[in-house]
Amino acid sequence: MEENDNKEVEIVYPGSVVIDSLDVIPGQNVYRVGSKIISKRVGVVVKKGSIINVVPLNGVYIPKVGDFVIGEVVDIGVSFWVIDINSPYDAYLGMFDVKDYVEKESDLADYYDVGDLVFAKVSKVTRTKFVNVSLKDPQAKKLGKGMVINVTPSRVPRIIGKGGSMIKLIKDKTNTRIYVGQNGVIWISGENTEIAAEAIFYVEEHSVMKGLTEKVAELLDKRLGDGDGSKESEKE
Amino acid sequence: MVAKKVKRSDGRTYDELRKPYIIKAGVVKRAQGSAMVQSGKTIVIAAVYGPKKVIPKHLEDRDKAILRCRYNMITFSVKDRKKPGPDKRSVEISKVIANALSRVVLLEEYPRTLIDVDLEVIQADAGTRVAALTAASVALADAGIAMKDLMPAVAAGRANGHILLDLTKEEEDAEDAVDMPFAYIPSTGEITLLQMDGIVSKEEIKEMIALAKKGAEEIYRLQVEALKERYAALARLSEVVK
Repeated sequence: MEENDNKEVEIVYPGSVVIDSLDVIPGQNVYRVGSKIISKRVGVVVKKGSIINVVPLNGVYIPKVGDFVIGEVVDIGVSFWVIDINSPYDAYLGMFDVKDYVEKESDLADYYDVGDLVFAKVSKVTRTKFVNVSLKDPQAKKLGKGMVINVTPSRVPRIIGKGGSMIKLIKDKTNTRIYVGQNGVIWISGENTEIAAEAIFYVEEHSVMKGLTEKVAELLDKRLGDGDGSKESEKE
Repeated sequence: MVAKKVKRSDGRTYDELRKPYIIKAGVVKRAQGSAMVQSGKTIVIAAVYGPKKVIPKHLEDRDKAILRCRYNMITFSVKDRKKPGPDKRSVEISKVIANALSRVVLLEEYPRTLIDVDLEVIQADAGTRVAALTAASVALADAGIAMKDLMPAVAAGRANGHILLDLTKEEEDAEDAVDMPFAYIPSTGEITLLQMDGIVSKEEIKEMIALAKKGAEEIYRLQVEALKERYAALARLSEVVK
């Protein structure tokens, strides 16, 4: 989305003709009729080489392989956990997809209990949307105490920013640890969690705006300046 | 065709929509998507919830989403108090609206889910099912659900020997009145809703469909504008913050 910063943001809606050309390939959230490429959803047009995509502005989270998501254990089976990933589809975490060595006869609740939060990787999605997640990835982990907020899943890329710039800014300024799931669930822990959450909601609301990083930096400086004297002197 | 010098009680010409005709997206905050349509004295609010898990689970379809509509008239929406709860009429309307919307929503993209569309008629003055359908398609787009196109709907009919667009209750009560709700997909030209009872000639039907198509095109433009308005605000808001 950041690449579009110098151009006018064009918003398309279902049925609107994105482009009338045979030289481009329809990507995500668009379909082709004859020479026309038509949008399926309300969103912003993003061109990547010769592929035309529409980045949606709203909608629920539909799992994709490779996504990192934050989920809550909601049920435990004999050999798997059921994870609520803020989506119409529940995810399954198999007993051998965790880092711990799980004894065959053991009770799975000893490892992850109902209510525990995990930062997991979507490892498989079938055609009928049965979802498997895994904690085997080096980045995946169990999340401890923290603040959990929900944002519109389609705006997560903007919250992370180009190469993680936006989230890094918020993390550094507020001195927090933040995990962002592609499913729109965000876990925050550390010093100024409330301010970090406010900044994240600000980004979510203004996701199509240009020059957002500077605005967020401004907002964070203002908020942090209010309560904490030492931080202010540091800046000046 | 015949000269169209028709005098209508509200001062419209035969091919005009009611005034005001307002479409607004994003009116219900807690819904996934929502829209309001005001067509003269008819006001309908549509709210979309989902895609979500199907409950009860045995109803789920492994290949596509289920689209469920609930059309409801609020007790104070009509002159004599309407008895609350579903009746024969509202069940039928819910069904035809769900059928029409299924033609435009890409249900295969959301297997094993349920999309709920709630339609509340706040004020009724004829043409509630088409207003509901118009609102529903804007609300679905607002909810971020994949669709082929938006779907405008409008009624055409006959009153006092004239073929008219978008009849009011007063016109519908004429002796020879015929009302034909009509919905279609502008990009493909598919007609997704066409109901009528009464006696009309073949020519009249053709005339009514042509008139309804023209009205629908106009509503389509308003639907697009409503969505643009809703999401342009996102971009515009940012300018103010500066």
